[in-house]
Amino acid sequence: MSDTPLKTTPLTDAHIALGARMVAFAGYSMPVQYPMGVMAEHLWTREHCGIFDVSHMGQARLRGVSPLSAFEEVVPGDYIGLKPRRQKYSVLLNKAGGIIDDLMAGRPDDDGLFVVVNGACKDNDFRIIDNELAGQVSVDRLDDRALIAVQGPEAAAVVQRLVPAAADMVFMDIRAMPGLGTDLIVSRSGYTGEDGYEISVPASEAARVWALLLTDERVRPIGLGARDSLRLEAGLPLYGHDLDETVSPVEAGLTFAINKNRREQRDFPGARRIVQELAEGPARVKVCLRVLEGAPAREGAEVADLSGAVIGVVTSGGYSPVLKGGIALAFVPPELKTAGTALKVIVRGKLQAAEVVASPFVPHRYVRKL
Amino acid sequence: MRFTKDHEWVVLEGDVATIGITAHAAEQLGDVVFVETPEVGKTVSAGDAFAVVESVKAASDVYAPISGEVIDANAVLGDAPETVNADPENGGWFAKVRLSDTSQYDALMDRDAYEAFLQTQ
Repeated sequence: MSDTPLKTTPLTDAHIALGARMVAFAGYSMPVQYPMGVMAEHLWTREHCGIFDVSHMGQARLRGVSPLSAFEEVVPGDYIGLKPRRQKYSVLLNKAGGIIDDLMAGRPDDDGLFVVVNGACKDNDFRIIDNELAGQVSVDRLDDRALIAVQGPEAAAVVQRLVPAAADMVFMDIRAMPGLGTDLIVSRSGYTGEDGYEISVPASEAARVWALLLTDERVRPIGLGARDSLRLEAGLPLYGHDLDETVSPVEAGLTFAINKNRREQRDFPGARRIVQELAEGPARVKVCLRVLEGAPAREGAEVADLSGAVIGVVTSGGYSPVLKGGIALAFVPPELKTAGTALKVIVRGKLQAAEVVASPFVPHRYVRKL
Repeated sequence: MRFTKDHEWVVLEGDVATIGITAHAAEQLGDVVFVETPEVGKTVSAGDAFAVVESVKAASDVYAPISGEVIDANAVLGDAPETVNADPENGGWFAKVRLSDTSQYDALMDRDAYEAFLQTQ
C-alpha cells in the first residue's frame, strides 16, 4: 500500500455521521457498511430502496466534432447508432482484445458523450481515451460531480416524487435535466439488478440531495459490501475481479456489447481475437455457479470437474442473502458452461458440490417499457 | 472466562476448554453465514488457525487460544451459524479442547484486561 492519503467524496462526512464503517477502495475512503449491516442492507435494497455513494467512479464528457464515431475506435459497441437520451454498456479494449475497463456511455443531451467508468481505473481510462482519440475528442473530466445510485423496487417511486420528469424514463434512458434545485444527469440504470436510477449531481449539492433522499422512510444508505453482494446475485461482473486486461468480452459473456455491424467491420482494438472467439468459441467462459454444500467459494477458489481435476477458478464469490447459499462467478472450459453441469469448488482443500446455473442468480427487474 | 487479543474467549472446566469468539468479534463480523469448526480428534497449537467464520462479505480465521486436542465441536453452528451473533459467548461456542497444560489458561486476559484492550483498538 502506498502512503498516499485517501481521497474523499462530497458525501464522506455524511457517511461518517451515519455511523458507516469506512474502508479504502479505489483510492477513496468509502463506506463498506452502515450500522444496519451488509445482510440487512442487501435485503432492504431487494425489498425497498437503497442509496449508494458511487462518487468515486469517473465521470467525463467526450466532446468533439463527432464523438460517437471517435469513441468506436476504443470500444466494440455501436455508438454511432446510439439514439439521443440513451446510454449503452461497453468495454474499453486493449489491442489484444482484453478489457481495460467496463463502462457506461450515453447521450444525456447534445453535449457530446457522457461516460462513467470504474473509480480504480478512471485515471488510466481517461488517459487512454485522450491518447487514442487525440485530435478527435477532448476528455473533459467531471471531477466536480458526485454520483448517487438509487436502487430497489421502491426506487422509482422515491425518485419520481422528487424528480417528476424522470417518471417516463425506461431502463438505459439518460437525460440531463434540471431537478432537485440543481442540474442533474439522470439515468435509469444501476448495478444491483433492480430497477433504479443513477443521479449525477454537482459536488456542492451532493450532501443536500443525499439528505433529501434519506428523508423518505423507504430509503436506507447502502455500503460497498452490499453493493458487491447485490451485483453478484445479479450476475454482473466486477472489474479487477471477473474482468481484467487478459479477459475478452466473449470470454466474459459480454457479447451483447459487441454489435453486429462492428463484428463485420472488425474496426475495434483486438478485433482479430474477438471475431475469432465469436466464430470458434473462446478457450474459457464465465459461468454462474451455485455452491450446493459447505462454505461459500470466494475469489481464487479452484473449480474442479467431478474427477477432482482443476479446470477453472472462481473470480468472485460469496454468500447470497436471497438464495441463502454460496454463489460465484467462475471461468471454466466452454464444454462445461451448460446450466445443470455438476462441478466442484475447492475451498480450503475440500471439494464441495457446485452446479452451473443460468445468469442471473436473482432475476433482474429492469423497467424496459412503461 | 478468559480472552485473547484475537477476540476468542475460553472457559476452563477441569482440563477441558470451551472456545468461542467474543461478542465484540461477532459484532464486527456482522451476520455470520457459515462456520467451519475443527475436526474432533485434531491436535491444535495455540495460534493455529483452527476454525473459520464467514460473513456475507468475507471469511475470517479463528485462532486456537491454547494447545490441546479437539474433543467436541458445536454441531448447532452447521445449521444455525447465526447463533454466533445471537449468543456469541455461550450457545455460539465453536469447540472444546482438552488442554495439554492448563497453565496456558492463566496466561490469557481476564474480562477487565480484555475490555481495556478493546479500548486501545
